[in-house]
Amino acid sequence: MIEFFQHIVNGLSLGSIYALIALGYTMVFGILQLINFAHGEVFMLGAFIGMYSTQWLKLYENPSLSSLFICLAIAMVGCAIVGFTIERLAYKPLRGAPRINVLITAVGVSLFLQFSGQLIFGSDPKFFPTIYSPEGMWNIGGVTLSPLHGVVFGISIVLMLILQYIIFNTRLGRAMRAVSYNHDLASLMGIPTDRVISYTFMLGSALAGAAGVMVGVIYPKIDPIMGVMPGLKAFVAAVFGGIGNITGAVVGALTLGLSEEFLVAYWAPTFRDALAFALLILVLLFKPTGLFGSARREKV
Amino acid sequence: MSVLKSMSSWLAVGALVWILDFAVMGQMNPYFFSVIMYAGINVILAVSLNLVNGFTGQFSMGHAGFMAVGAYVSAYITTSLQASNPELLMGFQGQVIFVCTLFFAGLMAAAVGYIVGLPSLRLSGDYLAIVTLGFGEIIRVTLLNIEAVGGARGIPGVPPLSSFGWVYSFMLFTIFIVWRILHSAHGRAFLSVREDEIAAQSMGVNTTATKVKAFVLASFLAGVGGGLFAHYLQFINPTTFDLNRSFEIIIMVVMGGMGSITGSVFAAAFLTVLREALRDLQTVTHVDLRMVIYSLFLIILMLTRPSGVFGNMELPDLFKRKKRQEV
Amino acid sequence: MFNIVKVTGNACLALLYVLKPSPPFWGEKEGFCMKQSEKINARKTIKTLKWVSGLLLLALLSTSCTKKDKGASTESDEILVGEVLSMTGPEATFGTSSNSGTLLAVDEINAEGGIKGKKVRVITLDNQGKPEEAATAVTKLITQNNVTAILGEVASSRSLAMAPIAQQYKIPMVSPSSTNPKVTEVGDYIFRVCFIDPFQGKVMAKFALDTLHAKRVAVLRDVKNDYSVGLANFFIETFKAGGGEIIADQSYSAGDIDFKAQLTSIKAKKPDAIFVPGYYTDVGLIARQAVKDVGIKVPLLGGDGWDSPKLVEVGGQSLNGSYFSNHYSTEDKSPHVQSFIKRFKEKFNIVPDGLAAMGYDGAMVLFDAMKRAKTLETKDIRDALAATKDFPGVTGKITMDENRNPVKPAVVIKVVGKDFKYQETVNP
Repeated sequence: MIEFFQHIVNGLSLGSIYALIALGYTMVFGILQLINFAHGEVFMLGAFIGMYSTQWLKLYENPSLSSLFICLAIAMVGCAIVGFTIERLAYKPLRGAPRINVLITAVGVSLFLQFSGQLIFGSDPKFFPTIYSPEGMWNIGGVTLSPLHGVVFGISIVLMLILQYIIFNTRLGRAMRAVSYNHDLASLMGIPTDRVISYTFMLGSALAGAAGVMVGVIYPKIDPIMGVMPGLKAFVAAVFGGIGNITGAVVGALTLGLSEEFLVAYWAPTFRDALAFALLILVLLFKPTGLFGSARREKV
Repeated sequence: MSVLKSMSSWLAVGALVWILDFAVMGQMNPYFFSVIMYAGINVILAVSLNLVNGFTGQFSMGHAGFMAVGAYVSAYITTSLQASNPELLMGFQGQVIFVCTLFFAGLMAAAVGYIVGLPSLRLSGDYLAIVTLGFGEIIRVTLLNIEAVGGARGIPGVPPLSSFGWVYSFMLFTIFIVWRILHSAHGRAFLSVREDEIAAQSMGVNTTATKVKAFVLASFLAGVGGGLFAHYLQFINPTTFDLNRSFEIIIMVVMGGMGSITGSVFAAAFLTVLREALRDLQTVTHVDLRMVIYSLFLIILMLTRPSGVFGNMELPDLFKRKKRQEV
Repeated sequence: MFNIVKVTGNACLALLYVLKPSPPFWGEKEGFCMKQSEKINARKTIKTLKWVSGLLLLALLSTSCTKKDKGASTESDEILVGEVLSMTGPEATFGTSSNSGTLLAVDEINAEGGIKGKKVRVITLDNQGKPEEAATAVTKLITQNNVTAILGEVASSRSLAMAPIAQQYKIPMVSPSSTNPKVTEVGDYIFRVCFIDPFQGKVMAKFALDTLHAKRVAVLRDVKNDYSVGLANFFIETFKAGGGEIIADQSYSAGDIDFKAQLTSIKAKKPDAIFVPGYYTDVGLIARQAVKDVGIKVPLLGGDGWDSPKLVEVGGQSLNGSYFSNHYSTEDKSPHVQSFIKRFKEKFNIVPDGLAAMGYDGAMVLFDAMKRAKTLETKDIRDALAATKDFPGVTGKITMDENRNPVKPAVVIKVVGKDFKYQETVNP
């Protein structure tokens, strides 16, 4: 029984990482109807930026919560810049183009980042330095949780709440929602759509960057192709929850994390990657709009 | 045009292929020979994918999965035969069995294509892409877990039954089939689905059936391509058919022009040659620049000339220019 | 170097040709008598033709460069040996260490004057950790570079991809560290200089039973890896035969980063030890999660796939008190081994790990066979290799048995802090 709760805890912890990445996917899709394939690579770059900044600033010399925050901040800013650049260079010129072209370009950007990552950083796995290692284990009735996981989970929740606040309680958020509802009408209303889209990309990428650093802290082995699978899985999570919907992305991601954990623990550990896709196919077959999504009627 | 339509000209080229096979190919440098063989196999894959992506407008990203099914089925059959009665694989009889195995592998790949296509093709655009990608991955992970086909190790020691003759005959076969289908009522249905699905539906075209047809045919051809690949490389394992393989084929299709068979042929050949030509660059710089160059190429292509090198044009169109009369 | 200049030069020319405006190929580009539609067709055709011919030019010219990169083997005063290793990728240290060992061996042989009066040259190709790249690389080495022998690979799955090709072309292949028995079963041209997994599994099983007094052991194997699966099976066989109980048999895939689910299940069954026969990249993470996240306190056991300085880099203190079997220990006091360590340190500034020692032994055994062979024909080299008897390797005496596997002792290494400490030697 305790084992069961332990798996739940593990699953939620895994899911919170997916949630941070899924939020970026869902926001960009909501605004541009574009699946940003390169998002997984932004996550990877977050981990690498985090690693290099800790090495450069020698943050591993005093591991503490503040080192973690500094690392997170740098990675989030760095990824926001990366997201902005990708959007400007690769997606903006294709604003009016057919969806397939943009999709192919997104795939191209993703591949480019992966392989140039292998070129620049080397394809062998790197070790993420320890910047935060709390001692001891929290024990709640036999279920153990490493304080590291607890803190990471906490930070993820905080980031998601901040995002929720931005989207629903600020002008920028309102502008983002307006653009996602109807692009042209929003620009007619005086909203600088290009800028809003850029902000969306930057926000999403910052979250992915944070996820990257946190993955680096929990699973200290990072390599340039680490973003492919989590990226795809986070996308599945976003679709499962209803793409375009923030709460949906979080719920979807947590569900995916839990199901993955239980599949591995009780059934077939080697089908872990295939589970996400199987889930995607089932969702798209039976409820294409996802759990929380609303149907978009197609006008002829 | 009538030259291309007639069977005899295709058969003549096929005969030429076999003459080359017996006369020249045995003496050729094995490295160049391998480039030629891979080019032929890639053409089969690119043309079959173009049928779905380019001509029917359904962006499928899981083509490597069907290739894998074809490769594994044919390799499994031939290796089992090799183990139990090796004399069956000798000589002319062996060649006949090889072709039968390839067709069977293609049929299995087509069956998988049907299973994959029927649910997926109800979706559109981005979702279809991800779902097909997902299916490709599911196929790969499933093969990874089946011990009977070697699991992670794959199948080593596949008998080398692919010869220049077979690869290029099947390549001609693929091009011929796709060409003829496109210039038939079925082909027009494919094109109409690509152009405007709702209009096609209102004109009475069963869009789902059409899409599935294209998908199944493409999977069949990919399965055949996979079988030829397995019997050339003599070794297959699940990582050979991963996401990157699907992307490589997509790059070929996109570069050649999604809607041009000539384009796919040209792009497949070009990229295969380029890949090997860049290998020497790799030994100097000690890094694998090939995929970086490919992906950069893809991005630049989509930004500057999204229709690909050939766009919608076929090779005969280039010669037809003078005769065209438009009002 | 010259080829690269040529390729880039041609690429630039091709690009200029494509991009600059040029007169049409036939007829007028735009003339008075052309209709609008014809003009559009004309532009389209010309644009396509420019792209096509530009790219063809690029392809033709770049392939013409590759034609020059051949024929070095026609010089008859050199012996060419091909080496295929994973210099990049998840098991990069296997490749780089092995390669260092080979390079040291080549230097020493050439300093002695070479073999039969000829210098040895090794061509190393990187397979990026992928079996199909290994297969293509070995084909290229044999058919393009005309090597006389092949050294490689470390990982059994990649050796299995390479062996059928070497066997087909009748080129002797010496694997420095592939321990899966199937590698040499491919054919009589395939050799190895390390022990095989049936023995290695037995070593750790006996160690667990006799030294650690562990009766209940859990196994966590990498299902994507032949070596891991094979070694796990051999361990289980011996362990059960010795009266032990395998309480859990979990698996993961190489490249996974989260093992908490498997570890939690294992912890619930209360094992005395956990056998993790994987490669160092994953084992480091597994150890870390086992100790820090799941709270496992029992030692971990492993095989020679653990041997890498990166193991403790990733695993940190979590590996303290764990054991693994290996080919040699740097603490071996014999003068032979110490002199090798000294020479290696002089050349590379680091202490050689097991892979480097095996790489060195593999190359030296090959060169010794070449010396003893009647001629430098591949058949004679093969026969000389098969006749290797009591060769004094740094990892032990190497005598090829009838399956082309040597019978050698193994050492058990204990991880203490960040160091590998010698525990005991196990003889076959």
